Amino acid sequence: MQAATASFLARFAGLKFRLPGDLAVREAACAQLIQDGLPTRALEAWKYTSLKPLAEITFAEALSDVSALDPAHLPGFFSLLPDLDLPRLVFLDGRYRADLSVLPEAGRVGQFALQPRFGARVGPLDLLNTMLAEDGVLIEIPADVDAGTVLLISLAQDTKGRPIAFHPRHRITLGDGARLELMEIAVGQGVYLHNPVYDINVGDGAQFTHLRLQDESRQAFHLASLHATLGARAIYDSFTLGLGGALARAEMQVVLGGEFGMAHLNAAQLLGGTQHGDFTTCVRHQAKHCGSRQTVKNVLAGSSRGVFQGRIEVARGADKTDGFQMNQALLLSPDAEMDSKPELQIFADDVKCSHGATVGALDEDQLFYLQSRGIDLATARSMLVRAFLAEALSQITLAPASESVIRAFLDARIETAFGGIAL
Amino acid sequence: MLEIKNLHAKIDEKVILNGLDLVVPTGEVHAIMGPNGAGKSTLSYVLSGRAGYQVTEGTATLDGQDLLAIAPNERAALGLFLAFQYPVELPGVGNANFLRTAMNAQRRARGETELDALQFLKLARVEMKKLSMDDAMLKRNVNVGFSGGEKKRNEVLQMALLKPSLAILDETDSGLDIDALRIVADGVNAQRGPNFSALVITHYQRLLDYIVPDRVHVLASGRIIRSGGPELALELERDGYAQVIAAAA
Ligand SMILES: Nc1ncnc2c1ncn2[C@@H]1O[C@H](COP(=O)(O)OP(=O)(O)OP(=O)(O)O)[C@@H](O)[C@H]1O
Ligand SMILES: [Mg+2]
Repeated sequence: MQAATASFLARFAGLKFRLPGDLAVREAACAQLIQDGLPTRALEAWKYTSLKPLAEITFAEALSDVSALDPAHLPGFFSLLPDLDLPRLVFLDGRYRADLSVLPEAGRVGQFALQPRFGARVGPLDLLNTMLAEDGVLIEIPADVDAGTVLLISLAQDTKGRPIAFHPRHRITLGDGARLELMEIAVGQGVYLHNPVYDINVGDGAQFTHLRLQDESRQAFHLASLHATLGARAIYDSFTLGLGGALARAEMQVVLGGEFGMAHLNAAQLLGGTQHGDFTTCVRHQAKHCGSRQTVKNVLAGSSRGVFQGRIEVARGADKTDGFQMNQALLLSPDAEMDSKPELQIFADDVKCSHGATVGALDEDQLFYLQSRGIDLATARSMLVRAFLAEALSQITLAPASESVIRAFLDARIETAFGGIAL
Repeated sequence: MLEIKNLHAKIDEKVILNGLDLVVPTGEVHAIMGPNGAGKSTLSYVLSGRAGYQVTEGTATLDGQDLLAIAPNERAALGLFLAFQYPVELPGVGNANFLRTAMNAQRRARGETELDALQFLKLARVEMKKLSMDDAMLKRNVNVGFSGGEKKRNEVLQMALLKPSLAILDETDSGLDIDALRIVADGVNAQRGPNFSALVITHYQRLLDYIVPDRVHVLASGRIIRSGGPELALELERDGYAQVIAAAA
């Protein structure tokens, strides 16, 4: 897809001497992108998601006066955040805003713009990010430190006919035995591209709870790539709630590199209109006695399209692997569509891996039962959709101190999303 | 008062109700008995508005209001309640949330104030105690994993909380043990009064020892073929349906 890359390559040419970090790394990414282009549906990993709509837009730079913007000019954004007095790291149009942020007491927090460091990531969207990344967050939790709950917030303002693209590069490192609960919220208005890349390292015995609320503008592009490596007995407990975006994809690559590691890659997508939501995962079991769990629920209204691709690779010698994957879709309209592709590649003996997928509509008998008790059809439908999502949402484990507020917040966002997609 | 006149209904071109007439005056409890497949559940579904049935002729009104013209939830708000022969399981829907949503939906429709969680809990606990139901049932998902008898009790609990003016109980007694039968019957009897009427569908005379009906009707081949007092149930128990059906033909 050369046309799509052209506008990004032009931006790189114009920006490159102002970008932080090793220019050679960026030039290499650029050369690779020129050679490969952005992925097309001819690639197996992109079979169900086309980036064509991206090619039709020329993205401008983020507004140069963005750092001077008064938060008072961001009406509505802050009401979209949970009412919690928690440390928060706020990005506006992809740039860190120290004035809006509150640092956590434990752990070290830095900025990619000041300490640029790239991990060796070679996926096509990683390359795009490597070429153009300007900022991002660096979080480092020292060994045996519990850093509590931190919010990571991405705001995108409406740039009115001058769509911007931002490519944050986040690095999150937990030392051995460290703990962190990170709740991400991505919101915005208008057309933009949010293309974050995450390098995540969870040390031996460390626990990283990663809650991602993707509630971008319904006109936005959200293309996220997450790379997580786990040590022995490490836990990576992630949940992605996808509500926003015209075109959204979250790709998670997790390597279970030490014995007794555990990865949860749970997700729920709630889409309507012509939204396209893609949740793609690859879990590499490289050590013995590791587990991976995935419960992925999709609620699809209008002519929306959901994609789930779940790959589990079990390397030779990774015995006693225990992998579970379940993908379910609820189609609320005859025009909605779900594409589901599980892939198991197992080279070890003595492995327990299972996967399943279901696609269905709301149950007429259940709807009638609710209605016969006086509940109107719209409410009955929303109750059954919530019931469908409940199993996925119950997988989120949160710190007790903020759990009820965060759950209420997620509920409210889901309720708003229901209103937007006409169940 | 429930008034059904010359009701004809079919499903998938198969005629099931075939000129059914029935009147249940306010304050009375009537029983419907009849062979398997006669159309008893179909009648209860058509009255409560389940999709898939085509009413080709006839009328059904509750207190003068046309039931057949309005949505199932509107019928419920008018005071109609159906205790299902096969209560539906709702995985992921908590029983307490379900009961409170239903109560508040009806209260809203009638212009009454809604119940908060605490007010609801108080009411629910009182009724559950009467039905010898464990409070834990409130926390479980609606009917999921409930035993047959627990499901039926949960239906009666809903009736007790929703306080309908007309309750249709479709074989609420089947699957109940002897003690449960008595508890459930007491639950129905507690509702009896000048503003409550019920249509009790059953196969067993035994239930009618506990819930003594004002009238008993025999439904066969989609119509009421005979009506009488409580003694009709005893006659059916003794002679079976064949004789009654033959005599009516
Ligand atoms: N969807 C359907 N398609 C075709 N026939 C149906 C359908 N639903 C019900 N019927 C038929 O309608 C008839 C009446 O069924 P109904 O359930 O009303 O009987 P019933 O009197 O309640 O019987 P029981 O005492 O066994 O509960 C039966 O012959 C049944 O098979
Ligand atoms: Mg029946």
